[in-house]
Amino acid sequence: MSAETGATDFHASSSKALLDPSLRANFRRAMDGLMAKRAAQFPDPAEWNALRDLAASVRTRALAKLPELLETLEAKCVANGLKVHWAATTDEANAIVLAILRDHGATRLVKGKSMVSEEMHLNDFLSANGVESLETDLGEYIIQLDGETPSHIIMPAIHKNKQQIARLFGQKIRDAVYTEDVDALTATARRVLRQKFFEAEAGLSGVNFAVAETGTLCLVENEGNGRMSTHVPPIHIAVMGLEKVVERLEDVPPLLTVLTRSATGQPISTYFNMITAPRGPGEKDGPREVHLVILDNGRSRIFSDSELQVTLRCIRCGACMNYCPVYTRIGGHAYEAIYPGPIGMILTPQIEGLKRRHELPHASSLCHACTEICPVEIPITRLLVRLRKEAAQPPAGSKVLDAGGGRSRLEDLAWAGWQAAHTSPLLYRVMGTALRLFGPLAPRGLPLLNAWTKSRTVPKRAKRTLQDLVREKGIPDA
Amino acid sequence: MKPEAVYFFGTCVVDLFFPEAGLAGIELLKREGVRVVFPRGQTCCAQPAYNCGYHEEARAVARGQMALFPKPLPVVVPSGSCAGMMKHHYPDLFEGTPEHAQAVAFAARVHELTQFLVDVLGVRLTDRGEKATVTWHSSCHGLREMGLEAEPKALLSQLSNVTVVPLKRERECCGFGGTFSVRYPDISAAMVTDKIADVASTGAPTVLSADAACLLNIGGALEKTGAAARPMHLAEFLWERTRER
Ligand code: SF4
Repeated sequence: MSAETGATDFHASSSKALLDPSLRANFRRAMDGLMAKRAAQFPDPAEWNALRDLAASVRTRALAKLPELLETLEAKCVANGLKVHWAATTDEANAIVLAILRDHGATRLVKGKSMVSEEMHLNDFLSANGVESLETDLGEYIIQLDGETPSHIIMPAIHKNKQQIARLFGQKIRDAVYTEDVDALTATARRVLRQKFFEAEAGLSGVNFAVAETGTLCLVENEGNGRMSTHVPPIHIAVMGLEKVVERLEDVPPLLTVLTRSATGQPISTYFNMITAPRGPGEKDGPREVHLVILDNGRSRIFSDSELQVTLRCIRCGACMNYCPVYTRIGGHAYEAIYPGPIGMILTPQIEGLKRRHELPHASSLCHACTEICPVEIPITRLLVRLRKEAAQPPAGSKVLDAGGGRSRLEDLAWAGWQAAHTSPLLYRVMGTALRLFGPLAPRGLPLLNAWTKSRTVPKRAKRTLQDLVREKGIPDA
Repeated sequence: MKPEAVYFFGTCVVDLFFPEAGLAGIELLKREGVRVVFPRGQTCCAQPAYNCGYHEEARAVARGQMALFPKPLPVVVPSGSCAGMMKHHYPDLFEGTPEHAQAVAFAARVHELTQFLVDVLGVRLTDRGEKATVTWHSSCHGLREMGLEAEPKALLSQLSNVTVVPLKRERECCGFGGTFSVRYPDISAAMVTDKIADVASTGAPTVLSADAACLLNIGGALEKTGAAARPMHLAEFLWERTRER
């Protein structure tokens, strides 16, 4: 990280990641598996197109009415007996969570998987404030044990292989014996977590969809830990980004079906929880109090730009990571961001600003693989180009955080030169000839050419260009 | 309907590095009885600046190109990437400017070469070459912006002496990505290294693509590692095998 600008160095972190052969092998294998499973779920292109059109239209309609739906959601939730809190920043959200816990004297929290809580760095915040915050999703539990952050939004520990997890458990869990048997490892985690569910005074979860019309919080998960976190402790706190709202209950199935199929290749997840109210009088289980914390953290700024707003359609399925040829090579940690991969490359610069993160939108060959598989039709490639423009030549009145933050004089000059060479046919020909005569020698010292020639030979300019050949052949000019 | 004449936009990469491919494209069109016009002042489709967010510079260059193709003739481009730029991004690039309508009309006339050969001209090829094995790299912009998938295969399948051994990851990017390859050379290198390993595993001595930029990248990596396979543009391959000598 640069001390002056606070900018992260994606260059260095990605190059470092490439040097780790086991990391590359782990990701390649895992992403291949996820792609194959997803592809098997959408065998018919016509059906796939119909499903994603529908899912995209549900999300588009929700965003079109976002302020209104959020108000309805709040009113319904309150009517159902929930307490609703609004947080403009992650600091505010953390303070809200801590205040709820302090109110009840709670010092032990069990957590279901939540990317918003990662955005808040909630675990660090709580542990600094004397609260034990324990991840109960298996993948999250593994990385928490190792003091790491998620490397994938759906499979947080995907960068680790079985042997690495076996070693970790052997070192960090009391009474655990070293085994590479996956069932035995899972059983060990289950044994530890079971006990914690019963001891915890509060549980925290994310939200996949919040239904405005009914005030229902929907939670998609496979392990049952989400249900335990929201159901067993006396207090449940749900945290969500403000874009997670949908209008009606009927909007849920079209999103759920593309979410689970795109994420893990499952027709439906093992658990699907719908939470509407705390424990009612005479009911024997469920939390006594349910809180909903709705986080902004830059989302309303994204919302205010009509083109970039589509970023908020995302349902966090992670498919764009699985299909990304860059993510597959470097893994999630190299992005040094909560959200890695293609969605992260458009979301992170908008949340953290282009001064810090102008490099990220360039970390793509613009191959369109993400755009092709996004189940809610986010034109990721187009938004990457838009953010590159916002970094270099922001339009007047730009609403993007730190617009112009990626400006470089050198690059401005290079493109001015490029423009001159390509708007004058004469200059173009002279430069072409110069490239032919001196290309192999002179520019070798240039950093760009060095970068290219690390893994490739110098491109050889043809002796006679196509322009020369068409002239010789008498191909008409008009 | 078969047009009497077409414009040919050669692209800067073909012009400088794969001129034979450009000429082959022109010959393939001419053989179908189409008059081919090649405006001399053409340079670049402006994609590099556009993709880097330098849209003013891109507009200046794109404006110059559009002016060189004034008649209502199809504009045929031997690159899925440059065709995609002109067809799908010119309208965006000129959004809100006086040239927007012109850009939209121009974009509608743009065709990628193999799509034009198959869909508009309905070419039938007669293979005159020796037995050959090739593999095919489907370039990303051709594939995902222009929908170029069936056409090149249809053309190759007309060649009776040619066997196509598919890549394991045919749809995966080769790692070029324009300035991406020099901004992030290490990531780009990892990608192209995997691509040439895939090419090698097919055993084919020739890797074909309809995009010269990918060929520059893949070919450069093949040469650097001393691999046997060589890159060739599809147009050149088709023309060399089917021309009457
Ligand atoms: S951007 Fe699309 S593909 Fe990526 S996580 Fe979001 S919904 Fe899934």
